[in-house]
Parts: sequence; C-alpha cells; structure tokens
Amino acid sequence: MGRLFPPEASSFAGSIDGLIILVTVLAGFWLLLSEGFFFWLVWRFRARPGVRSQYLDGTEKHVKRWITIPHGVVLVCDIFIIVAAIRVWVTVKQNLPAAERTVRVVGQQWGWVFQHPGADNSLDTADDVFTTDDMYVEQGKVYHFQLQSRDVVHSFSVPVFRLKQDAVPGRTITGWFEPTRTGTFDIQCAEICGIGHGVMLGRIHVQDQADHAAWIAASAPSAVR
Amino acid sequence: MAATPAHADHGPQGIRKYLFSTDHKVIAQQYLWTGVFMALVGGFLAYVFRMQLAFPGVAVPGFGVVSPVEFNAAITNHGSIMIFWVAMPVLIAAFGNFLIPLMIGADDMVFPRINRLSYQIFLLSAVLILLSMVVEGGGFGGAWTAYPPLSSTASYNLTPLGATLWVVAVGLEFVAFLLGGINFITTLMNARAPGMKAYDIPIVCWMIVIASILFMLSVGPLIAGAVMLVFDQTIGTGFFNPATGGDPILWQHLFWFFGHPEVYVVLLPTIGVVVEIVTTFSRKKLFGYRLMLYTVVVTAVLSFFVWAHHQFVAGIDPRMANIFTITTLLISIPIGELFFVVFATMYGGSLRFTTPMLWALAFIAEFIIGGATGIYLGSSGADIYLHDTYFVLAHFHYTFFPITIIGGFAAFTYWSPKMFGKMMSERLGKIHFWGTVIPFNFVFIPLFFLGLRGQHRRIYNFQNFPELAELQPLRVLATSAMLVMMAFQAVFFWNLIRSLRKAAPAAPKNPWEANTLEWTADSPPPHGNWPVDQMPKVYRGPYEYGHRDRESDYWPQNEPA
Repeated sequence: MGRLFPPEASSFAGSIDGLIILVTVLAGFWLLLSEGFFFWLVWRFRARPGVRSQYLDGTEKHVKRWITIPHGVVLVCDIFIIVAAIRVWVTVKQNLPAAERTVRVVGQQWGWVFQHPGADNSLDTADDVFTTDDMYVEQGKVYHFQLQSRDVVHSFSVPVFRLKQDAVPGRTITGWFEPTRTGTFDIQCAEICGIGHGVMLGRIHVQDQADHAAWIAASAPSAVR
Repeated sequence: MAATPAHADHGPQGIRKYLFSTDHKVIAQQYLWTGVFMALVGGFLAYVFRMQLAFPGVAVPGFGVVSPVEFNAAITNHGSIMIFWVAMPVLIAAFGNFLIPLMIGADDMVFPRINRLSYQIFLLSAVLILLSMVVEGGGFGGAWTAYPPLSSTASYNLTPLGATLWVVAVGLEFVAFLLGGINFITTLMNARAPGMKAYDIPIVCWMIVIASILFMLSVGPLIAGAVMLVFDQTIGTGFFNPATGGDPILWQHLFWFFGHPEVYVVLLPTIGVVVEIVTTFSRKKLFGYRLMLYTVVVTAVLSFFVWAHHQFVAGIDPRMANIFTITTLLISIPIGELFFVVFATMYGGSLRFTTPMLWALAFIAEFIIGGATGIYLGSSGADIYLHDTYFVLAHFHYTFFPITIIGGFAAFTYWSPKMFGKMMSERLGKIHFWGTVIPFNFVFIPLFFLGLRGQHRRIYNFQNFPELAELQPLRVLATSAMLVMMAFQAVFFWNLIRSLRKAAPAAPKNPWEANTLEWTADSPPPHGNWPVDQMPKVYRGPYEYGHRDRESDYWPQNEPA
C-alpha cells in the first residue's frame, strides 16, 4: 500500500511512468477546469425567484468563441500527448536495440515455459536451460524475447518492467527489455485464457552478473544430470 | 381517454397486448422491463464476483463458493448482459420506441410489425443468454470480447454449449437491433408532424437515429465474424485457428471495428436525453443546435477509425499503433465540444434541480472523469502498461455506468410521468440519486489505483500474486461501496411501485413545462397518441425557452405563433 506505481525495474519503465504523469498533468488540468466550471455553473445559475433565464442561441461570434478557444487549447494538449506517447511507443515496441541475450517465452494453459540460452549465449543449442514459471535474467543486459503460445491468446506482462505483449498462437512476436534492478518480481498473464487464468503467474528473477553466471552453471543440463 | 374509439380500440387487449401489440409504447415498455430485469441479473453477477474478489474463497450469501469456472462465466456474462441486454434495450430500444413517434408527432412507428418482431427476437436472445449460463459445463467464460482460439475451441474453454449459446444469443440480439434501427431511421425521416423541419427535431431523436445508423454500419463485419465463430465451434472450420491457416487476430479486428462504435451507439442516446433534460430544467435554448448535431456526426465518423487502440499490444504491426493513437486522441475534440455545448446551455439559465436534472448533471460530472482517463489508454506508450489492468476497467465503467445507469435513470425519471401517467416522489427520487451516485465513485476510484499498481483483469483471486496481495483493502472498499449502492436501488423500486398505485397523484400532461410534442399528448398517451383530428403541427424548434418576447419562459413546439 501507499505507493502509486510498482517499482521501476527496466530501462524504459521510467519513460512510461513519465508519460502517465504528463497525461495526468494535461488531462488533469482539463478535468479540474471543467469540473470546477461545471459546479460553478450549477451554483451560479440555480433557479432564484424573479430571475429569468437568458435567451442565447449560440449563433453570435463573440459568444461562440467561448467554445472555439477551448477547442484550440484541447488540440494543443492532444498534440503534446500524441508526440510523447509515440516517442515512448517507438522506444519500447518499434525500434528494438541489438540483443545481448535472447530468451524464448512460451505461454500455454496455464503456465509459462522459458527457454534461456546457456553459457554459449545462443538459443536452440544443447545447453539451453528450460524452466517453467520462473524466469532468470541478468541485470543491465539487453534481452530480446521471442513470445509464442501453444494454445490460446496469453499476454506476457511484467508490471515492474511496464512491459506487456500478447502471445498469439501461430506467431512469434519479438520484443525487448533491459532489467535495471535486481530482485524477484511477478509475471502475469494479462489476457483471459480459460479457467486457470487466475493462477497463471510466474516470477522473474533479475540477478547480477555473478549470480546469473552461477545460476547458468548450476542449471546446465550436464550439471542437472 | 381523448382518443376516438375507432383508433383507441384497434390494439389487442389483455395478455395478447403484451404478446402481439404493435403499439410503440407497449413495445417500449417490453424493452424497458426486459432491460431492467436483465440489469438485475447483471447486477447479481457483479455482486457475486465482487464478493469473491473482496473475500476470496468465502461463500457468497445467495450464491455459495465461487469456482474459477463460475467466476469467469460471471464476469463474461456481466459484461455481455450490461452492454447488449441492458444499455441497448433501455437507451435505444425502450426510449427510442417511446420517444420517437411521440416527439415527432406520429401515431406510431412506420413499421409496427417489424417493431414487434424486433422485440420478439430480442426476447429470444435474452432467454438464450440466460440459458447459456446454466447449461452443462457452465456459462461461457472467455470474456465479453470472446477472443479465439479460447472462444472457438471447446477443449480450451471447456464450456462447449455455453460458448455456442453465447455467440448465438449475441447474434440474435444484433438482428433485433438491426430491425429496430431500420424502423427508427425510417420513422424519423418520414413520419414527422407537419412543419417539423430537420432542425426542429428534438436532439434525442437525432441521437437515437444516428446511433442506429452507426450500429448498422459497424455490426455487419461482426455478424459475419459471429457466424464464422459458430462454424469454428460446431462444424470444425478454422477461420480463427492458426493450425488450419486461420488467424485469431482477425476476430479481434472484426470485434473492435464494431466494439468501438458500439460505445458511441450507447453514448449518443444518453447525450440526447441529457440535452433534453438540461435544456428543460435550465429554461435555456440549446446553445448551438447545428453545432451539436454536426459534432456528433463527426464523432460517429471518427469512431470508425480508432478501433485498434484496443489492440496496441495484441501483436499488430507496431507502426499501426501510431496512427490509431492520433485518431483516438483527436476524438477528445468533438467529445469535449459536446460538453462545452452543454455548459454553454447551462450558462445564463435558471436551473431547477428536479430528480431528472440531478441525474443529467451527474452524468456530465462523472462522464468527464471517464473521458479524461481515456486519454491515458489512447496514448499507446502508456497503454503498454495500463492495457488489461483495472485502470481500463475503472475507465470504461466511468463511461458506461454514467451512460447506462445514470442516463437510464435520468430518462426514466423524466419521462415516467408520460409513460405511466403518475408522478414519482421527488424526495425518494433524490434519496435514490445520492445513494447511487456517491457510492458509485467509491466503487470505481479505488480501481484506478489498483490498475496503476499493475492489477490485471479477470483474476478470481489476487492473493495468488505476491505484488498484488497487499492491496486487499482497496478491493474491500470497492465491494462495500457496491453493496451500499445496490441496497439503495430498493428505494427506486419502492418509489416506482408507490407511484403506480391507483391512489397516487396522476401526472398532468406537461409536468416539467417542456416544449417538445410528447408533452401535448395525454399521460399516458392512448393507442395512436393523439386523437386523429388533433395530430400536432409544429411551428418552431424544440428549445425555445426563456424567449424575450414571451411572458411564460417556455414555448411549446405546437403552439401557433
């Protein structure tokens, strides 16, 4: 309780929170202004004995500008928000930085399967580490994830990363993130996927370099055997 | 009754009246009471899942322990019922049927039998959706958006019968509203009283007709999609199944191409209702009749170009999101304008705070919050995080609750004197009003904060999520406020039943001193609405309040100059 957002644990989490705050400032300004004006109208023009309503039909120009001027200001606010939103979107979803690690994330009813590259740092080799529901990543590395689904639409959501992407059967969707804070955090499925949707959760373990190397060594297929 | 015998007795009487009547007022009441009944069902479902969320695993009084299957079915059918079987029948069909002929001075709809057929199909669809919740395997639980392959494949959703009945029910509901819409549009175009020009039509009639046009233009692709979905479910086609070359995302496009205009389909009638009420009780002419009408047309057109903002993170090409962010945010301009027009109408008025006026004003105050929070979700960058969280849920309840419940009560309390010929108690009406609107905010404001903390939707027990478990007090607050709000609905029904007693005061023809034509008919209007030799003629627009040249501050449309 107490805090507004979960902690920020990815390189782009701060820019998404910043965008939310920008919208709060601009939309909040309009919200307070219009609610304030509205309640002023309700109070100021309440029916009083002997006071008749005015006859205004909204055709005179000097009256109409009370609508056209706020109009223009709304448009300017919209443009600010559009530019900020697209800048964040392009960073997070459109332009992927070069990958330092690639992991595969597969959703299925009702769990997540993670395929981590082993010590050779490439996927689909003999030393890949497979886990279910627990994902292990290294702090400060740029990750690409290849998101797939075995059955229905799922959504890979890591709130502390501010990251969400649907997993669609029949497609591989590639996205990226760079963890910036060590710790263990929730992974959700954010798209309803059947009766087990409510228990489809994972945990992501962001480790520093030494811990992550140790985890890889301990999890190598040879070590397990 | 003032109607001539020849006209008054040609409708069926007794029980046959409610099965076979083609009178627009009877059909309006059929839609209204079916919608009210379905609202009770939808409300009960909300009670069940909100109790489970606040007190997970505890038996819900009147229901029992909620299983995940039942939870998913409850949220799915709550959404479907509230949109398709409450908002649409009450706002469009009930008030459209009741108001359009009365407000334009016609004796009935132009296609009374199509009108009756529309209700009969609607009733069938309502029976089917109720059945779908109790068949073997349980009700469909794939959310009201019904994304395949979950919705299309029995081995994934585990509710084969419930899922198919759900799709068929929704499809039939669409058919009912297509028939009704044809009737509204044709009636407004062809059956207006002599002298009523296009700009003399009361705004609410325009709004219902524009909503019907919007519905007709948007629903076609989804009806095709619904047929494809039923085929996928029942005869093994693979339109939405990637294993056989289909595409699950195709459904999402078909659904939201309809789904977003649908928001305006239910919004516009309420905007119309609010305009009627605000002009009447502000004693003010509507500020900019044409401006409002054109703005609504612009909003309606723009609403066809925003649908993919529901799919930013669905796997569409990320470049597409940029276009839809722009179109989505631009819609704030015409919507903002609608509210500026209403503000300008209140300015300089003499506001009478009757119960319907309070509901109309509450709609404005609450809907602005729904509109402003939509900006977050239209901004693609912010939507990455907020998509499918309780922030979305709180946002659209701040639009749909004001539209459906607040707008519905506004219309009901305003036109009930005409509909039933009885005045409801203002005192009870105001108790009901405050008892609904204050708790409403305590239900949904906490949900915005849950969404900002990352709480995702359609989860039956958040205690399973380490980061979300500690937020339980907010969930308990929302559920408690909901219980208070639901308890206050008893006041409404008591008020209504009390007012319908024989001994209760009868309503005069024009209790609110309004200008539009329905207030010149008897309360309630007989079959045919006006005696055949006294059909109204129109001499002016509907909002001539507070005219300088007149002693009285209103000027009915039918009064010769």
